[in-house]
Parts: sequence; structure tokens; C-alpha cells
Amino acid sequence: MPFSRIVYKPEYDELEKKALIIRKNIVKMIAKAQSGHPGGSLSCVDILTSLYFRILRISPKHPKDPERDRFILSKGHAAPALYATLAETGFIPYEWLDDLRKIGSPLQGHPDMKKVPGVEMSTGSLGQGLSVGVGMALSAKILESGYRVFVLLGDGECQEGQVWEAAMSASHYKLTNIVAIIDRNGLQIDGCTEDIMGISPLGAKWKAFGWTVIEVDGHDFLELIPALEAISYTSKPTAIIANTVKGKGVCFMENNVDWHGKAPKPDQLEEALKGFEGVEFMESDEVEVDSSN
Amino acid sequence: MKATREAYGEALLDLGRLSDQVVALDADLSKSTKTSLFAKEFPERFFDVGIAEQNMIGIAAGLSLAGFVPFASTFAIFASGRAWEQIRNTVAYPSLNVKVCASHAGITVGEDGASHQSVEDIGLMSIIPNMTVLVPSDPIETKSIINWAFKYKGPVYVRLGRMGVPDLLPKDYSFDTKPYIFKKGKKIVIFATGIMLWKCLEAIELLKAYDIEPTLVNIPCLKPFPEKEIIEIVREHDMVFTAEEHSIIGGLGSMVASTLSRSYPMKVSFIGINDKFGTSGKPNDLLSFYGLDAAGIRDKLLDNIK
Repeated sequence: MPFSRIVYKPEYDELEKKALIIRKNIVKMIAKAQSGHPGGSLSCVDILTSLYFRILRISPKHPKDPERDRFILSKGHAAPALYATLAETGFIPYEWLDDLRKIGSPLQGHPDMKKVPGVEMSTGSLGQGLSVGVGMALSAKILESGYRVFVLLGDGECQEGQVWEAAMSASHYKLTNIVAIIDRNGLQIDGCTEDIMGISPLGAKWKAFGWTVIEVDGHDFLELIPALEAISYTSKPTAIIANTVKGKGVCFMENNVDWHGKAPKPDQLEEALKGFEGVEFMESDEVEVDSSN
Repeated sequence: MKATREAYGEALLDLGRLSDQVVALDADLSKSTKTSLFAKEFPERFFDVGIAEQNMIGIAAGLSLAGFVPFASTFAIFASGRAWEQIRNTVAYPSLNVKVCASHAGITVGEDGASHQSVEDIGLMSIIPNMTVLVPSDPIETKSIINWAFKYKGPVYVRLGRMGVPDLLPKDYSFDTKPYIFKKGKKIVIFATGIMLWKCLEAIELLKAYDIEPTLVNIPCLKPFPEKEIIEIVREHDMVFTAEEHSIIGGLGSMVASTLSRSYPMKVSFIGINDKFGTSGKPNDLLSFYGLDAAGIRDKLLDNIK
């Protein structure tokens, strides 16, 4: 069985470039689909970039390697961020991004593991991804396998009771091979999380549920990457509270709740793309899509 | 006499001995669902997640993705109700290999009453794409169904009961999703599922006094529903009855009626729970109260034959 590995480890300035490309593609694909969730996609780009280019032991050539690390996008509405990242890492061809949310497209509105290589779990209904992650982490423990499980949740998602059922079970089963990353952008569809249904103090809650809690700036690789690497040293499951800005990278979307689930119109796209001038699509290597799943 | 939940517990233990791919989960009801038998022998492959059914289904999904074959158990009301959306989105949509084996289905839960009596689970599970829905009628069929579910790749819901049931099917019975003609009669056919096979058999004894000899057909597979076979059987009869310990909405009766309406229109008489919640009482008293015991079934047939 081939050993899963990161093909290369880009330097931090290159990571920033990758994040810019991913952000640009998110905006473009949502604009083209005229449907999707830009705010929560843009807020988690640096988290995904850190994971896919520095942390995850995965290879697009071997998407089903049993020893690979697992990533679950529990906040499934950030699918455009995941798709743009999977294109950038070579799991899917760039051309797929053009068909987001269209009939017959593998890129569904929320991720479908049966249609997209590299998607480990179908998600979309909030609150369910961490439980699946716990099941995967338990499996690794039983099989004495070294793979790790990373689950990305929204902060609003933490209002779902099942998240805390899963949190309780991860510490009960003494899972040290699982990381929950909470994209703490402070907004949900109807407004600020603290106005709708307060979840603060979020770190204290995860700590009380038996997790090691690390709070970071979710847009700073110098903070994100060491926090994600801390999984190697902890004796508990790890929760990373990543403080982020919803809509990050598009000035008129930043911290604006209206951009949770709305697509930019052509003039808005034009304005948004001004922020990415000079950022170009990377030419992808030949991507062999493994559609055997 | 043995409850189908007990036969499940034994079958699961046997599977655990056969394959280390088998893992079991429960939500604080292992002594009742009988996953406790597996838990005792294979503690490292058993996960009691506490009173958290939604999390249990999610964890089962995660285990299945690593190649395990998880059997997740709790009462039918909680599996099909509390965790319905987890089963829909996290198990059935990606068609994961999770077996939800739910006990204490129907009114024969008994004294616990309406909050614990699932009369909706067949409908709730059957409406989900990719699901297979199985209802064993006796201990022999339960074991065969559990073995079948282990070999089958994909999500399965198995409906199990609390009340003791006699062995009805032949010892060499092998489940194959098709209707099983239990007793060949004439003019009238009764399609029965689960515990109602037994009750219908008792009713048929009572009907001998009236010179009525219905055909009795066991329907263990509610989804995929064996439409073709059912129509073939109906063609040989003049009257159709269905019997289930479930709401007549969304269960066996609805499925038979829906099947016939499309291909072979014919009146169907339903024996089941008539859009009502359950209530507390002893299982046998409840069967009688809801008209699901031998006398109730007999009367229903006689009323419709007049």
C-alpha cells in the first residue's frame, strides 16, 4: 500500500498565495452558479490551506489509502472552499468548479462523498460531522492505525446538541487522534451568534467536555499550523477555536451577515475580483480522477 | 417462546465470533436490545454511547467508513424517530454499510406506553432512499435476517420486538427478501408482517369454525417491496387483508394498497393501528385492545366477508 504523504510543503508566503487563489475561485464559482455560501467559505480558507498543504497526510494519487488522514467538512455549506482546495491539491480538475450546483455536476451544493474524490463524508445537515469523525478516530484506534481525523465545524453549528454528544464521546473514548476546528466567524444566517443563541465562552465549553483547547487567529498560518501540529503532543482530543472573519478577502463581504448565502451579481463579482488582481489559476497537473468510490 | 430481540442478540454474538469486522453500538439500552451478549464477549468492539442516539448513528457511520460492519441498536422509537435525520443524511444518503437493529417496536412494548411504542418506524425508514427495511416474524427468521444484513452492503433497518414469539418458520428457512407463503388457503389472502404472522395463524384456527381458510403470507421485507410477487399471489385470491403491528399509514397495508392500485386494482382491508398512539398495558391486552389478537383479526375478516 502506498504511503500517504504531502507531496511538498510550501513556505508560508506560498501558502498565502494558495489561499488567495482558493478565495478567488470560491468567489468566481459562486458567482457563476449564482448560488452558494460565500461568507462561511471565505472564512475557512486559511484553515483548509493549512490542512491541505501542510498537515494532512494525503495524496490525490491514492485517495482511498487506508492510512490517509481524514478531513470532514462538517459545515458542509462551505463546500465551495473545499472544492477549490481539492482542485488546488489535484484531487479534482479545475474545470469541475465551473459546474458548481448544476444538474449532473459532481459538485453538489453540499459535499457528496460518492461524487467527489477527496471528500471523506457527505455533509450539509449541521451538527453531524463530528460524530462521524469520532467513529473514524475510534476505528483508527481499534485497527492500531496512525491516521488522524480533522473535523471543521462552524461556530453557529455548535448550537446543535449533537456536537456536544460527539464532544463528550471523543473524550470518553480518550481519542487523541481527532481535532475539531471551529471556524469562529461570529455570524450565522440570522445575525451574530451571540445575539441569536450565545455560544460563548466557546473555549471553556470544549475544555469542560475534556478537550485540549487552542485559540488562534484563523487567518494566520503562523498560529494555525503549530496549533494543528499539536495533535502529536496532546493526551486529549484537540479543539482549535479559529477566530475568523466571515467573507474574508472580499471587502464588501467581510463581517457582513448578508453574505452568508448570497451569490455576487456580475458588478459585485467585478468589484470582488479587483481584490485578487495578479492572482491567477495555477495550471493543474494531469489529474486522474478516482471515481471508483 | 423467544423475543426477536433475543434472537438478534444471539445472532449478533455469532457474527462477532465469525468476523472481527462486526462492531456493535448501543445507547444505554444494551440489556434490553440484547447487544449486551456481544458486549460481554467483545468489549473492545462494543460502544455504549450513552443516551445519545444521534451521535450513535454518526459514530456507526464513521466506523463503517473504516470497513467495519456496525450494528447500532436502541428502541425503535428512538432509532427511527430521534435519529431519523442522522440515518437519512449520514447513513442512507452516502449509502453507508450501517445496520440499525431497533428493538421494542410496536405496541407490544407494553407497560411503558405511548412514548415508547413505535407504530411509525416502518413508514419512517421506508421513505428514505437506499434503505432496506426488514421485519422478522419469529426467532428463526431473525437469525436469518441478521446474517443476510451482515452480508448485504448498504444501510439496513431491522425491526425487532420485545414480546416472546414461538418459532413459526421451518428450521432450514433462509430469508431472501421475497414473500413467504406460510399457509396455502383459498379466496382470501392475508399479508402479515412481524409478530402478526403468529397472531394471524391463531386467527386462522378460529376461522376454521366458519369454514374460512385464508392464505397466510409472511412479508419480512418491506423495502425493497416485493411488488411483483405480491400481485402474483393476489391474482389467485378474491379478497386481500394486511396485518401489521404498525400504523396503517405508511406501513404494510399502505404498501400493498399502493402496489395494487398501480397494477391490479382491488379492495384491501387493513388490520393495524388506526392512526392512534399506543397506551400502557400488558402486551396481550394491548393486542386485544387494538384488535390485533386472534379474535380481533377473526372479527375483522368476518365483518368484511359479510
